[in-house]
Amino acid sequence: MGADGGNLSVRIWKGGAGGRLIEFEAPQRANQTVLDVVTWVQRHRDPGLAYRFACRVGMCGSCAMTVNGKPRWTCRTHVAKVAQDSRLTIEPLRNLPIVKDLACDMTVFFEKWRDARGRFEGRATRYDDIECIAPETPARQAVDAGIECINCAVCYAACDVVAWKPDYLGPAALNRVWTLQNDTRDAAQAERLAAVAGEAGCHNCHSQQGCTTHCPMSLNPTASIAGLKRAVFMAALRGEV
Amino acid sequence: MNLTSAQLYVLQRLSAAVLAPLVLVHLGLIVYAIQDGLSAAEILSRTRGSFVWAGFYSAFVIAAAIHAAIGLRSIAAENLAWRGARLDALTYGAALLLMTLGARAVAAVVL
Repeated sequence: MGADGGNLSVRIWKGGAGGRLIEFEAPQRANQTVLDVVTWVQRHRDPGLAYRFACRVGMCGSCAMTVNGKPRWTCRTHVAKVAQDSRLTIEPLRNLPIVKDLACDMTVFFEKWRDARGRFEGRATRYDDIECIAPETPARQAVDAGIECINCAVCYAACDVVAWKPDYLGPAALNRVWTLQNDTRDAAQAERLAAVAGEAGCHNCHSQQGCTTHCPMSLNPTASIAGLKRAVFMAALRGEV
Repeated sequence: MNLTSAQLYVLQRLSAAVLAPLVLVHLGLIVYAIQDGLSAAEILSRTRGSFVWAGFYSAFVIAAAIHAAIGLRSIAAENLAWRGARLDALTYGAALLLMTLGARAVAAVVL
């Protein structure tokens, strides 16, 4: 969709938190992605433009930006789908400090992943057999539903609760935790549940589903967080959290 | 004794579950009283000395005080960036205030 020809009017954020939008003209091409446009501007108009990308095929999660007001993975977002009257406004992701131009500082995003204990903690050793997990079990299916996260922080930028309460762990870390809580090989589920039951924890979610609406992998972090809320609820009744 | 975030979450959900049917009955009562043209004296004659209405509205007041106080806590945390002791003071203060005002109202119609 979208034939060659014509120009795009592209406004791109330049600078840090106190920066501003700068307007560029860029050629419109068939099958052009938003990342293609940013790259064209950097190569032909503004060599100092800072942005982040790596794989260009929707796997690495590093090229997310705000495009016409919505958080998106720019390497898989076709201009023809999002441009309004051949206009694009490209800004850094919301809810993260800006390093420069379109590049955000992802530190807090990954710190929350760590604080929520979002890493697998196994109990088996190299001498144990590999554990068999039947694909049809409910726990395995719950893991499958959330496991394809690429850490792009689109959900984190879309989350209003993060905007209102910056210490909230956010949808990506909590979705990760839900996959681990359903991993029968994991040995730290009680500690992890305690990590997401605190003041910054899962019950802060208002179920507005901004994360689910914008997730480029079509995951449903809201459902994962709802699962965590139920688990925290039962643990609180038992006096564990 | 300060409750944990998880305990507050549980209390808010449980109080909501209690409130939902009570609110419906309460609204139904209002409609009934208005439609039937009951005077204040007629209403008081039905509520005074009634253990049923005393129990019903006491449960209502307790659930509403708990639910509203925890809701206010979330609003203050998200919109005013309150944390820690200040947030606890708001939560427990609001619960106590609502409980006191509600208890006075219940006493006025059943005693």
